[in-house]
Amino acid sequence: MAETPWLPHNEAEPTVQLVLPDGSENTDTQWDHYRNLVKDVDAATWRTWYRDMALMRRFDEEATALQRTGELALFTQARGQEAAQIGSVHATRAQDWIFPAYREHGVLQVRGVPLKEELHLFRGVDHGGWDTEKHHVHLNTLVISAHTLHATGYAMGIQRDGLVATGDPDTDAAVMVYFGDGATSEGDTSEALNFAAVNQAPVVFFCQNNQWAISVPGTRQYRGPLVRRGAGFGVPCVRVDGNDVLAVHAVTREAMERARNGGGPTFIEAVTFRQGAHTTSDDPTRYRGTDEEQYWSQRDPVERVVARLRAMGAWDERFHTEVTHEADEFAAELRTYVRSLGRPASSAMFDHVYATPHAINQTERDWFAGFERDLADGEGGH
Amino acid sequence: MATYQKFELPDAGEGLTEADIVEWRVAVGDTVAVNDVIVEIETAKSLVELPSPFAGVVTEILVPAGQTANVGDPIIVIDTDPNSDSTSPDDSGLTQGDPAAASDEPDNSGSVLVGYGTGGEEAAPRRRRQQPTVAVTATEPARPATTGVSPAPRAAVSAPARLRSSRSANAHVLAKPPVRLLARELGIDLASVAASGPGGIITREDVLQHQRQAQARELATYPGDDQPWLADGEVSPDGRQTRVPVRSVRKRTAEAMVTSAFTAPHVSVFHTVDVTQTMRLVAGLKADREFSGVRVTPLLIAMKALLLAVNRHPEINASWDEATQQIVYKHYVNLGIAAATPRGLVVPNIKDAHRMGLLELAQALGELTSTARAGKTRPQDMSDGTITITNVGVFGIDTGTPILNPGEAAILAFGAIREQPWVYQGEITIRHVTQLALSFDHRLVDGELGARVLADVAAVLEEPARGLVWG
Repeated sequence: MAETPWLPHNEAEPTVQLVLPDGSENTDTQWDHYRNLVKDVDAATWRTWYRDMALMRRFDEEATALQRTGELALFTQARGQEAAQIGSVHATRAQDWIFPAYREHGVLQVRGVPLKEELHLFRGVDHGGWDTEKHHVHLNTLVISAHTLHATGYAMGIQRDGLVATGDPDTDAAVMVYFGDGATSEGDTSEALNFAAVNQAPVVFFCQNNQWAISVPGTRQYRGPLVRRGAGFGVPCVRVDGNDVLAVHAVTREAMERARNGGGPTFIEAVTFRQGAHTTSDDPTRYRGTDEEQYWSQRDPVERVVARLRAMGAWDERFHTEVTHEADEFAAELRTYVRSLGRPASSAMFDHVYATPHAINQTERDWFAGFERDLADGEGGH
Repeated sequence: MATYQKFELPDAGEGLTEADIVEWRVAVGDTVAVNDVIVEIETAKSLVELPSPFAGVVTEILVPAGQTANVGDPIIVIDTDPNSDSTSPDDSGLTQGDPAAASDEPDNSGSVLVGYGTGGEEAAPRRRRQQPTVAVTATEPARPATTGVSPAPRAAVSAPARLRSSRSANAHVLAKPPVRLLARELGIDLASVAASGPGGIITREDVLQHQRQAQARELATYPGDDQPWLADGEVSPDGRQTRVPVRSVRKRTAEAMVTSAFTAPHVSVFHTVDVTQTMRLVAGLKADREFSGVRVTPLLIAMKALLLAVNRHPEINASWDEATQQIVYKHYVNLGIAAATPRGLVVPNIKDAHRMGLLELAQALGELTSTARAGKTRPQDMSDGTITITNVGVFGIDTGTPILNPGEAAILAFGAIREQPWVYQGEITIRHVTQLALSFDHRLVDGELGARVLADVAAVLEEPARGLVWG
């Protein structure tokens, strides 16, 4: 403990881990239950996960570069959280619903949301460019923890629509909400947990504990281990090594299955680390030390997958090159797309205020159009 | 034809307007690929590296390291088509880099073709491994082709280096942004501050503590000069000069003084006055139970005297509004007291001093003084002053010609009080004597008004009982 003072004091909490940082299997028998849940994960699945994680990381790098060259106003970096996101989202099915916060780029990508459309928000073009109904992925929520309540309400809705616990694996649905350790300090999370528990709502609370709520470390943010946060509300809880994609997948699979089958909510604490900044406006070197970053870089989730693939004999350079090449093209397309976005018409802000035509909205739109014309005329007169 | 692209400083945070260029990682003549890190900047929030949005050859660095650039300012020019026939760019007067010079010798440290030079000697990473000749052939160089059919466009794009905050200099030091800002305002290098916070974080108190110690103004003797001199600053090679950056309070003082001295025509009038009665009054008040725990000084009586004079001549309590060409007469007196503090001169004022009795005034003065000495004077404490006293006497000085606090029409200098031979009731006796000086803005205060105000102040100090008549 003494040599890792930045770790929250609850490191002694049992934490599900199936793959060790060096890529070898964790043979600890206490996790046999979870190991058995993911027996079907084969080399092809591992390769898929690697590809998803590599693309997610490349997206992170490219979007950061776009922000640094003035193409995006802001970007929320997710480097280091690849296993938590990719492992968990692969436990969802098409009929499930996802409520992301704003760092869930890997989740969006696996759900089929074109990531370039996520960048609309970060360029300030619109509030989120993708079709939520098509992908069953709600828009990003920037208000910390507000969406834990939206997710719980949505879960209560599908419960009442009879989409839960019918026994049909193709239609039984659940909701997963992603949030961070910082969100657990908001009242909304507690309210959501309570509503979910008393209604036995089909919702999985997936907390990515990335150690830092902007510049506030876990050691100064909460006293009791986060994983126990659900227990008082009557919600089953599990703590998982968030940088172990297999373990994350196992616990999430169980939780989603329980929710779809009418077993109610689950709280998952995925212990991970935000290797980058909170956002591009933040500078973590100002509040955390290199020793902490080194500790976590030795537990890098992507490298662990590579090590696992090597250990399984399923890694080769050709595959690596293919994925790298795909990532290059993906990045180039992102760049071109973002640079071509331009700015939307000012009238766009009136577009989705009401679902149906609205007199006051129309009046304001017309007035604003006139105002802009006047401005243009005024400039022409100089 | 060469194609010059300017990279404009982006807003690396949210709503930032400027950034300091910390270090250029490229030099003129270097070949860069898209996403290569080219420069390190420091904003109010963070130290960040910026990648190049273009592939090409650096032809000019427009803002050298150490300078501040506004968001939107072009900071570097990159020729994205360096191998085409050279023609002079039509508008900017830039010189095209010589492609041959840029590609011949990989070990060439980057000769200075144009602009400000290579900057950081050998510290900057030099030319990339790619041959410049494959850098860009596309007609839209800013948008590299998305396919890999030709090696040329791919070579022009790097996978982004992991862009992050760099760890040079102060980055090793842990401190929160407001503390960094404080250190910067005070001109303190965080690397020299001892940290007391958890995990080695430098706290606000650490910075202030460092500043208090630094105020001792360490002296040092430099080679080539036998006289000790201030330890901070940059000493000239011959050891005979020290240059210290103008910062913070010193900078604000300088700006205010220049503004005042060169907009308001100053006139000063002087008066020597017997303040023996004032000294008796001060002694009496010190013994007064009501004033116990309050510091009573001759300055307090001078303040009251000035307030009484203002009450009789309210036109002195005014300011000149250049923009509207109006004179603004204030119905209130925010009495400024110039205070020498370790950080420099500050002029906080006592709000609505005209409503205060002597005791209240004494308490307000005590509070103002201790706040200023602690370096905690807030901007609002210094704003909207209407008239000022500078107590030069505390330094043993007889008098001076004070410069107006900007936005005010008069300032009173209160000199040292000395026992002197004085003609009193027809005889030469030893009396307490001081000198008063009043500077005023001659645009709105005539000599007569200024003289009357000063005469009234002197009259009260000479015979404080007059305050009963005028109060």
